[in-house]
Amino acid sequence: MTSVLRRIGFALGLPIVLLAAWWFASAGSTNFFFPPLSEILDSLVEEWFGPRLAADVLPSILRLAAGYAVAAVGSVALGVLIGTSRAVRGFLEPVLEFFRAIPPPVLVPIFMLVFGIGDGMKVIVIAFGCMWPILLNTVEGVRAVDSVLSDTARTYGITGSTRLRKLVLPSASPQIFAGLRQGLSVAIILMVISELFAASNGLGFAVVQAQRSFAIAETWAGMLMLGLLGVLLATLFRIVENRRLAWYHGLRRAQRSS
Amino acid sequence: MTRSTSAVAPSSPSPAARGGAATSPSRQRRRRIPQSVLGLGGLIALVALVEVLPRIGVLPRRYFPPSSEIGSALVEQAGRAEFWQAVADTLQGWALGLAIAAVAGVVLGILIGSSRVTRELTASTIEFLRPIPSVALIPIAVLLFGSDIESKLLLVVYASFWQVLIQVLYGVQDIDPVAQDTTRVYGLGPWARIRYLTWPTALPYVMTGLRLAAAVALILAVTAELVIGNPGLGKLLATAQSSGAIASTYAIVVVTGILGVLVNVVFRWVERRALSWHPSQRGDIPV
Repeated sequence: MTSVLRRIGFALGLPIVLLAAWWFASAGSTNFFFPPLSEILDSLVEEWFGPRLAADVLPSILRLAAGYAVAAVGSVALGVLIGTSRAVRGFLEPVLEFFRAIPPPVLVPIFMLVFGIGDGMKVIVIAFGCMWPILLNTVEGVRAVDSVLSDTARTYGITGSTRLRKLVLPSASPQIFAGLRQGLSVAIILMVISELFAASNGLGFAVVQAQRSFAIAETWAGMLMLGLLGVLLATLFRIVENRRLAWYHGLRRAQRSS
Repeated sequence: MTRSTSAVAPSSPSPAARGGAATSPSRQRRRRIPQSVLGLGGLIALVALVEVLPRIGVLPRRYFPPSSEIGSALVEQAGRAEFWQAVADTLQGWALGLAIAAVAGVVLGILIGSSRVTRELTASTIEFLRPIPSVALIPIAVLLFGSDIESKLLLVVYASFWQVLIQVLYGVQDIDPVAQDTTRVYGLGPWARIRYLTWPTALPYVMTGLRLAAAVALILAVTAELVIGNPGLGKLLATAQSSGAIASTYAIVVVTGILGVLVNVVFRWVERRALSWHPSQRGDIPV
């Protein structure tokens, strides 16, 4: 019982102290750039959780989800194909490394030229930007399938889609999830960046709009909203990962303690 | 460019990636066609494809210049002082931001990680602040600093700081309890303990953190230039795009990619040098 209280205290202590410090330090603030926290929170609740939730936040999330889903499915499929053959892998690896090394936001101006400025462009930018970490990690995971397991599967005549579902994908999944996690943070960045150019709605668009019209409290509130979204998505991802990879984390723990 | 294992390491040192990095060098043994020849072939094929597809009309020529045009735009850019100034500006923001983030991350990481109380006390705050996308800071960076270098630094430092900090925290927790007790028994002071126990234990993690941070820092430096308009490659790219110089736009994208690859190669080399004593880098020992 006390240990639970202790854990809660540890988890909430510092955030409460920091928030309280921010609240009181900014309470009577007349500094134009640092409005009182109470104003920021008012704006957060009224604007961002009010009309802007459907008008700006939702479109952003939908574009993010579409781009990320396309990238995840496409990259894992492609990664399995590339990872299975040593020659294909060797042939493509430097090319993929090069594409991965390009900072994804620089693609926005180019994709704007090619695909215009609609929703499609934003989804494509997100998908194209976050596919490289997923793809390269999948290739690496498939490549590193345990050779004993692989030989065993072959001996038992397990081939084709059964081999893929029962052997290749599960044993590559820790790496695939590592790639998916990296891809997610790239996707959030690109969601915001793609809305800074020629957009008419979206979280990034609305925050910059607020900043350009010097609505300072609203700008801060928008940043908090972006932060909350980032934290929420990261938490969701961790829940999914912990469920899917429970066997793997358990295995690691057992190996470590032995 | 022949090894890619460490390039695909995840943002946090999940056991999978570290395990993978430790076992993979043993897979390098027998090869029919050398990896480098295959890889070179791949790059040549890419260049050839980009040359041919727009010329035969598979890709619209207006938006996809053939690689020869990109190449000549690249050569033309390389002859201009403006271009090299932009490269220097980008690298300056990158290096400065990375240095600040690295020092802050290592110092804070060792301070926080050394005690269980501080570790548990800060865990929830770190878990909350870390996933906040650094681009969320763009508006406030613009408001406070305009397009001065500080706004670029703010983004670069925020993004790369967490990469270093998280890795250092993992590293400090990895200390061997026997070694720790030994230093106590021999009466090593706190400074000597950090120097001879904590630092060597955490070094592999620090190196991973630095390599990831270096890549992220470059992305954010270019992004800041592109969006905020700080001088640098990102701004040059935005200018080229808005003036309709398509081939130059592609050429600058290629340059940022080359910079990214260089950063990766250099940091992997530094990592190997700094950790030449560490078991993970001596991969020929069967595990």
